Amino acid sequence: MSEKLLEVKELRTEFKREKSWVTAVNDVSFSINKGEVLGLVGESGCGKSVTSLSIMRLLLDTSGKTTHGEVMFDGKDILKISEKEMRGIRGYKMAMIFQNPMSSLNPCIRVDKQLMEAILLHNKISKQEARQRAFNVLQSVGIPDPENTLRSYPHQLSGGMSQRVMIAMAMSCEPQLLIADEPTTALDVTIQAQILDLMLEIKEKRNTGILLITHDLGVVAEMCSRVIVMYAGRIVEEAPVKDLFANPVHPYTQGLIASVPKLGSNMTSLPSIPGSVPDLSVMPKGCKFAPRCKYAQSICHEKEPELTYVEGSTVQRCRCHLFHSKREEA
Amino acid sequence: MGRYCIKRLLSAIPLLLVISFLIFMFIHLIPGDPARMVAGMDATEQQVQVVREQLGLDKPILTQYVDYMKGLFTGDLGDSIKNGATVADTIGSRFGATITLTFSSMIWAVIIGIGIGIVSAVKRGSPIDYLVMLIAISGISVPGFWLGLMLIQWFAVGLRLVPTQGLDTLSSYILPSITMGAGIMAILARFTRSSMLESLREDYVRTARAKGLNNFLVIMRHAFRNSLVEVVTVAGLQIGGLLSGSVLTETVFGIPGLGRLLVDSIEFRDYKVIQALLLFFSLEYIIINIIVDLLYGVLNPKIRYD
Repeated sequence: MSEKLLEVKELRTEFKREKSWVTAVNDVSFSINKGEVLGLVGESGCGKSVTSLSIMRLLLDTSGKTTHGEVMFDGKDILKISEKEMRGIRGYKMAMIFQNPMSSLNPCIRVDKQLMEAILLHNKISKQEARQRAFNVLQSVGIPDPENTLRSYPHQLSGGMSQRVMIAMAMSCEPQLLIADEPTTALDVTIQAQILDLMLEIKEKRNTGILLITHDLGVVAEMCSRVIVMYAGRIVEEAPVKDLFANPVHPYTQGLIASVPKLGSNMTSLPSIPGSVPDLSVMPKGCKFAPRCKYAQSICHEKEPELTYVEGSTVQRCRCHLFHSKREEA
Repeated sequence: MGRYCIKRLLSAIPLLLVISFLIFMFIHLIPGDPARMVAGMDATEQQVQVVREQLGLDKPILTQYVDYMKGLFTGDLGDSIKNGATVADTIGSRFGATITLTFSSMIWAVIIGIGIGIVSAVKRGSPIDYLVMLIAISGISVPGFWLGLMLIQWFAVGLRLVPTQGLDTLSSYILPSITMGAGIMAILARFTRSSMLESLREDYVRTARAKGLNNFLVIMRHAFRNSLVEVVTVAGLQIGGLLSGSVLTETVFGIPGLGRLLVDSIEFRDYKVIQALLLFFSLEYIIINIIVDLLYGVLNPKIRYD
């Protein structure tokens, strides 16, 4: 059994809207082991990014607040430690890369200063040493001319280069956990593949745990060992990647997988899931997916199902009444 | 950058020529006869005619313009009709008061305005934010002459802390500076706040926080740095306004500045001084604009001057 790096328990994050609070993430529990890539998939607005920002405690500039749960990291519940202590973890033991590399780098500051900032913050070394380290880390993420890149401003770099710089920045202090929030969404397909390869390489070399947030099931299949599927702020299914693709249990997961185009199939149009993600402030009462689910029965609209293990499996969990009743019938 | 500066300064010359022409023509459209003003109200028509000839006002208007431009290029702005001193001396004697007041007003307005703007953006929605916005709205809406009179009433007459009039001692700068700077401080506070609110939502601010930087560094090094471009633009325009003098503040505090000089000259139809002053104000704006444009390049690396 490999060592648990991060354990999230019953996380709930709420956002203030006008005068009421809406729940963006509810009852989210999962763990990541060292050297493991855990995929977090779901449609836009399902709470993937909010989950990651809650773990990093980066909701400061939003109206969001984590109101319940634990995030165990490094033997501590990091939701309970002081902001100062948390700053010592951010960027040092736990780093994050974001969706849009071009806007995630400060346009007014040269790359070297931006890279050295985190290095100097978390390590007691001189500026020259920090610059050397910035050079080395840029080299390690496959930037051909690190010296030139160090002297550049972000607008002088391409999207792929910027994302490499972002990864370099995140990896500069050799964190144990890397949270990658849609790291390839804004990039060309060829660059996407390079960035994903780079992340796998980092994982292999340094045994870093990676939480990979994406809506791209292709990326999940290529990168992850386990996958969590989120819908409307809840985990609806969790499974090892092979089981998920071979035997998706939740109707939402089934719909997601069915909507991926397959090479060589003779389908004229892609199947899609009708409807859209419910608005946070007007959540359906029972199962959040029930209004869009073609199997929904009356109980689905009444009572929210629990996340429980699938019959005969110790690794696959699902939140669905349907498969409960199936199980009971069997 | 040096070449860019020279290019901009050279391109200002045709602009100033057009401005000088417009100023000259508009001034001659003002009703009233300068010769009559000099000769006096009870002078005979003949005496007035003599004065008119002395002043060269009897020549065709285009000839007058050519004479004026000749003078301009040889550095001779002519003499003031009102008191006979050269125009350059007249303006020079007033410029000192205006420029020292401009800077003493700007310094505190910039520091306080930007400072409270940042605090209010960071603490948006809090009582501090509302207080700052209240100060800002008051600063913009309170008329300068009223604020000046109130300050004199409280601090000069009531508490006797500072002089009521003139610019003789260092402490006499305090009240006029507060009066002139209040509006600018308010405008800067509002601009800084709105531009900081924008910057604070940017992705790179989140990146900075994700690095583990503390709040102060995130705000100052990452968010504020990017807001500066807008703030500098507004501050530049305000300096331009102050350098043209403030008639009301100068009148309230009895300060011999350019604002009052302009109004006095207009009243007396002292058109040579009016022309020179307006041209001088235009030049100030042009120079400040060049400085602001140069600062853009320093603040925003995407802007390059070639």
